[in-house]
Amino acid sequence: MISFFRRKRALTALAGLAVATVALTGCSTGSGGGSSAAKGTYTFWDPYPQFDASSAWTKLVEKCGTEAGVTIKRTGYDTSDLTSKALLAGQQGNSPDLLLVDNPVVSTLADAGLLTDTSETKTSTSDIEANILAAGQVDGKTYGVPIGANTLALYYNKKILSAAGVDASKITTWDSLTAALAKVKADGKKGITFSAIGTEEGSFQFLPWYWGSGADLTKLDSSDAASALSLWTDWVDKGYAPNSVINNTQTTSWQEFLTGDFAFSENGTWQLAGVKASKIDYGIISIPAKAGGAAPAPTGGEFLTIPVQKDSARYAVSKKIQSCLTSTANYVSTDTTLSYVAPTKAAQEKQVAADPDLEPWVTAVGDAKGRTSDNLGTKYPKISEQLWKAVQNSLSGSQTPDAALKQAQTAAAAAIK
Amino acid sequence: MSSTIIERPEAAVPDGRPATNAGLPPRPSLKKRFRADQLTAWGFIAPVVAYLVIFYAYPLFKNVDLSVRDYTVRSFIDGNAPFVGFANFTAIFQNPTFGPALVHTLLFTGISIAFQFTIGMALAVFFFQNFRLSSTLRALFLVPWLLPLIVSASTWSWMMNSDSGVINSVIQSFGGTGINWLTSPHWALVAVIIANIWIGIPFNLVILYSGLQNISTDIYEAASLDGANASQKFWRITFPLLKPVSAITILLGLVYTLKVFDIIWIMTKGGPGDSSTTFAIWSYQLGFGSTLPDFSPAAAVGNLLIVIALIFGFLYLRVQKRQDA
Repeated sequence: MISFFRRKRALTALAGLAVATVALTGCSTGSGGGSSAAKGTYTFWDPYPQFDASSAWTKLVEKCGTEAGVTIKRTGYDTSDLTSKALLAGQQGNSPDLLLVDNPVVSTLADAGLLTDTSETKTSTSDIEANILAAGQVDGKTYGVPIGANTLALYYNKKILSAAGVDASKITTWDSLTAALAKVKADGKKGITFSAIGTEEGSFQFLPWYWGSGADLTKLDSSDAASALSLWTDWVDKGYAPNSVINNTQTTSWQEFLTGDFAFSENGTWQLAGVKASKIDYGIISIPAKAGGAAPAPTGGEFLTIPVQKDSARYAVSKKIQSCLTSTANYVSTDTTLSYVAPTKAAQEKQVAADPDLEPWVTAVGDAKGRTSDNLGTKYPKISEQLWKAVQNSLSGSQTPDAALKQAQTAAAAAIK
Repeated sequence: MSSTIIERPEAAVPDGRPATNAGLPPRPSLKKRFRADQLTAWGFIAPVVAYLVIFYAYPLFKNVDLSVRDYTVRSFIDGNAPFVGFANFTAIFQNPTFGPALVHTLLFTGISIAFQFTIGMALAVFFFQNFRLSSTLRALFLVPWLLPLIVSASTWSWMMNSDSGVINSVIQSFGGTGINWLTSPHWALVAVIIANIWIGIPFNLVILYSGLQNISTDIYEAASLDGANASQKFWRITFPLLKPVSAITILLGLVYTLKVFDIIWIMTKGGPGDSSTTFAIWSYQLGFGSTLPDFSPAAAVGNLLIVIALIFGFLYLRVQKRQDA
């Protein structure tokens, strides 16, 4: 009797072991099995978690899949999450068939060997504006097609400017902008708000001023660069810009502008819908360069890429979906939804025809420049990290603009070597 | 231990040897039985061992592996990163961020623990007096613990906003000048420490309060009869008797505070510059802060944190051993 129980117990234990083993192997086959998606189902990842299954965007993606004869399974991830998700998927060998990703990430993923370039898939990119496409190019190869572009400009509050006696159209240089800020402050209002937070967002916002000074990202400690950082630092020191800019994201700085107390806000195309809904009587001017004219602002926006697959036969369908989503008609509807500017002339014209308010933005996008352009590629993230640190150190008063940039250049040079 | 004892404890003789089964009818040989028992034992342990290996040992091993190899995004995909030994650690030690990050980690942890423990202890003793509404108030003190960190950290960062924060407006209404809590290199660390102390008090309060409940009231009565006053009762009775509970509270607090990430990230992102960067923040910045991840140095910083936590763990074990002895 006892021995019977004992045997039974041993059996139970063995069964437990077996279950554990099955669980283990089940686990490993589970992660490997993801790559072999059922035939006719194509996976599509994008950084737009705000669009659910009933949104126009999802419907458009699905429609393009149907036209290509397949079903699309779309997943929206948070932008900051998508890079690591894409890297992990690549490591596991189950990258999505189509990946829509923020443009500075393209060079990182391309460097990891995760993306096909347009020559492999024979995608034509000839009608796309060169400055927008450049953000997805490394060493002469193009890794994807832009879905749309956005950039930065200065929104201004017409009421505040007219009360202070400032004519926005006369603001074409740094000096005239600073003079305008002084007048606004003397009138008892607040000058300008922007985002100088210690992340990529901070660098994104500083770049128009940096490039507008004539400085180059490969030399952070040039005197031009110092003049751009001094401009921002002086604004904060003199109270033209609030101290909170050091911790502002673009969203929080936008909220400051929406209070109606600020004359200017450096912000992007994507806020256009919000400002129209607010009661603020606004205008838009391009960010001035130091010596005058429009400064090149960095291009934002995503690239539609085709990640490398084990089964290269899948590229043909992926390409069909890609060209469907990047057709002129779909550019117009997608970029209107996203509040972006289309990357082709034809689509831009249609957008402006439908909404004349987009005109200054089309001009701004035309002057814009990719962050990873100039063949910086994966060097850009390293440089950018030091740049935002220098901005923070200078604005918070812990270093002078010169010293902050010198330190940044030393660190950046060591990081990209 | 022998599984025979577990299955038939009543049969074990006091000296711990398995009982002899002399009088019983035919049974499998001792050797065979032993093997079956051991198999049974392993069978039962297997799920737990598998769990520990998958969820603890493997990630830990992977983290150490990451830190001794030179992973780039490409080798992360291919999985053939070259072995570089301690090069990542050397690079970390020589990085200009290392010194400030170390100091900030120590200050953040030390000051947070000191205040959390002192305030938690004071509140525990206060609420132990069981006045009216004391349990309601005690429950209210748990609120910081119940709130999601994203909520409390965001609230703190609104309150500490240089221009529109409520803290500065209070200071200014009393005639002071506002402080750039989150944007001044001198105040940023102070600001995140204040928020962290606030979040950590309930934890200390709850554990110390339950420790107080285990102290027999007889001792206090006896002390009262002997004419001890309140402060004597605290320093001569409460404090010494709470020592074991205090030790574990402080140890758990240390381990927890060392790796605090969310509060600092939400409030200052480790900035301005490096002025509120701790090891946990630095590790995240290296690994995920920019679009080009630096997995290996990030893992090295992470391992450093694990080592520091382990040192405190061993310290605790030693202290406890000495107390038991």
